[in-house]
Amino acid sequence: MLDVSLSALTAQVFTGIVLGGILVLMAIGLSLIFGLMTVVNFAHGAFYMLGAYVAFSLLGLTKSFWATLVLAPLVVGTLGFLVERLLIRRLYGRSPDDPLLLTFGLSLAMVEGVKLLWGKIGLTVDPPTQLAAAVDLGFMRFPVYRLFVIAVTAAALLALWLFLEKTNVGLIIRAGSRDALMVRALGVDLNRIWLLVFGIGIGMAGLAGVLAGPMRGVYAEMGVEIIIECFVVVVVGGMGSLPGAIVAGLLMGEIVSLTTFFAPRLAEIVVFVVMAAVLLVRPSGLFGEAGLAE
Amino acid sequence: MIRSAFGRVKAWVTVHPIASFVLFFAIFPFIAPYQALATQVLIFGLFALGFNLLYGYTGLLSFGHAAYYGLGAYGAGLALAKLKVTSLWIALGIGLGAAVVGGALVGFFCLRRRGIYFAMLTLAFAQMLYFIAFHAADLTGGDDGLRGIPLLPLSIFGASVSLRQPLAFYYFAYVLVVLAVAVLKRILDSPFGAVLRAIRENSDRAVACGYDINRVKLLSFVFSALFAGLAGALDALRLTVVPVDSLYWSTSGQVVIMTLLGGAGTFFGPFVGAATYLVLADRLSIFFEAWPLVIGVIFMAFVLFLPRGIWGTLTSRGIGQ
Repeated sequence: MLDVSLSALTAQVFTGIVLGGILVLMAIGLSLIFGLMTVVNFAHGAFYMLGAYVAFSLLGLTKSFWATLVLAPLVVGTLGFLVERLLIRRLYGRSPDDPLLLTFGLSLAMVEGVKLLWGKIGLTVDPPTQLAAAVDLGFMRFPVYRLFVIAVTAAALLALWLFLEKTNVGLIIRAGSRDALMVRALGVDLNRIWLLVFGIGIGMAGLAGVLAGPMRGVYAEMGVEIIIECFVVVVVGGMGSLPGAIVAGLLMGEIVSLTTFFAPRLAEIVVFVVMAAVLLVRPSGLFGEAGLAE
Repeated sequence: MIRSAFGRVKAWVTVHPIASFVLFFAIFPFIAPYQALATQVLIFGLFALGFNLLYGYTGLLSFGHAAYYGLGAYGAGLALAKLKVTSLWIALGIGLGAAVVGGALVGFFCLRRRGIYFAMLTLAFAQMLYFIAFHAADLTGGDDGLRGIPLLPLSIFGASVSLRQPLAFYYFAYVLVVLAVAVLKRILDSPFGAVLRAIRENSDRAVACGYDINRVKLLSFVFSALFAGLAGALDALRLTVVPVDSLYWSTSGQVVIMTLLGGAGTFFGPFVGAATYLVLADRLSIFFEAWPLVIGVIFMAFVLFLPRGIWGTLTSRGIGQ
C-alpha cells in the first residue's frame, strides 16, 4: 500500500518537473524580453497557444512530429519578429504600461482569431508513436513523452545559455540589459538585437506550446491560464533574472503538481498563496535585484 | 458655426462637470438605443471610474479590478440570497465593505512591488479570488453563479419603492452613481487628489516633497475598490445573479479597455468608454461571433495612435498629454 502511494508520489514529482519545465521555457522568454526591452509581453501566453495550434496543423501537413517540433517554434518566432517590428517598436520611449496594454489587446485578438481559424472546440494532439508508451524506471512507470519534454526543455535552456554566454551577440544582449545607452554609444544597433531577442523569446513560448499540446490538449484559453502562472513565476523569481526564472518555474511546477496529488481543489489557489508569502518575506523575489525597472 | 457651438458646449461641460453629468444621464434612457443599455452604461461607467482613479489619476495600472467588482457583487448577493437581509441598503453596504476590505488587503500586498510588477500582482490576486469563488460552490454556487438574489423593494423615507420596472432601477442606480461622481470630484479637487497626480507624474519628486506615497497609493487603491465594489453590487441587483465570470480576468480586461477607449485620466472618459464598448459589443455580436477580435484590434489602435482616448482627444486632456 505504502509502496504504491510512494511510486505515485514519485510520478507526481516528475510531473511537477514537466510542468515546471514548460513554465521555465515561458518565463525565461518573458524575462529576457523584459530585461532587455522593459516590455512585459502579455501576449506571451497567446503565442504559446498559437504554438500548440500551429503544431496541430503542421502535424497534419508533414505527418512528422520531429519536423513539427522544429518548424512550429520557427513559425511562431517569425510572427514574433513581425509583432516587434510593426507594433511594439512604436512604443519604445513611452510608459512601460503601454506595451503591456498593446500586447493585452493583441492577446485578445489572437484568442478570437485562433477560434475563427481552428474552431471553438479544443483539439487533441497525440504524442508521436515512438514516445507514446510508458517506461518502467524500476521504482515507477512514467510516460516516455513526459521524459522527452524534460529532455527538450533542458536542451533548449542549455542552448540559450550557451548562446548568451559564449557568443558575441549574447554578450551584446547581456550588456544591453545592463545599460542600453552605453551599448548604443559603443556603436551597436540595438534595434536589431531587440528584434532578435523578441523573436527568440516568442519562439521559446511557441516551443513550450508545441510540447504542452499532447499533454494538456490544445484550446484557445490555454494561453491566458499560463501567462498568469508565468507572472507568478516572474514575481517569485525576480524579473530579469534567468536563474530566478528556472528555480521559481520548477518550484511552482512542483507546488502545483504535489497539491494536485494531496488536495486537488487547492491546486489552483496555492501558487498565489506562495506568491503572497514571498512578497511578505522577500519583496524583490528570490533572485531579484530591488529596483530593477521599478 | 458648428465648431463654435461644439466649443461652447465643451467649455460649459468642462466648467460644470457634475451638472453636465446629472443633466445628461437624466435623459439618457430616452436617447440610448434601448433602455437596458442605459443602466449598463451607468454601472460599467462607475466601474471604469473606479479603475480610472487608480490608473488615470494615480498612474497605477491594475489588471485585477474584477476582484473588487466581484467582491461587491458577491457581498451584496450573498447578503440577500444567503443571509436573507431585508434591506437593500444593508446589502449594498455589505458589498461595499467586502470590496473595501479586499482592496485594502490586496493593495497592501501589491504595493510592496512597484512599477510593472503591480499589474501582474493585481491580476494574480484577482485570479486567486476567482478560483476561490469557483471552488467554494456551497457558498457561491461555483460555476453556476450565485442564484436566488431577490430584488427587494427599496425603502426610502418610510416609503417602499419597487425596482422591478427597468426605468425605476435606472434612476435608483442614477442617484447612487451621481453621488459617486460627486465624491470622486471632491477627491480629485482635494489636496489628496493633487498628490495622486503628483505621484502619476513623478513619484520620486512626490517622495522628495515629503509625502508618504505608499499610504496615498493604498488609499487611492481602496477608494478605487470602493467604486468598483458599488458597481458590482448594483450589477448583482440588476441581474439578480452573480456569474462567477464577474471575478474572471476578462472582466478586469473589459474595464481596462473601456477606460482607455474613453480616455484615462479624464473625468468623463470612463462613461464615454463604457458606452462605446457596450454599444460596439452589442452591435458587433449580432453579425460577428468573434467580435472580441474587433475590439482587440480597435484597442490596439487606440494604444498606438490615440492614447488619450475619445474624450481625452476631444478635449485635449488626459494621461497622454
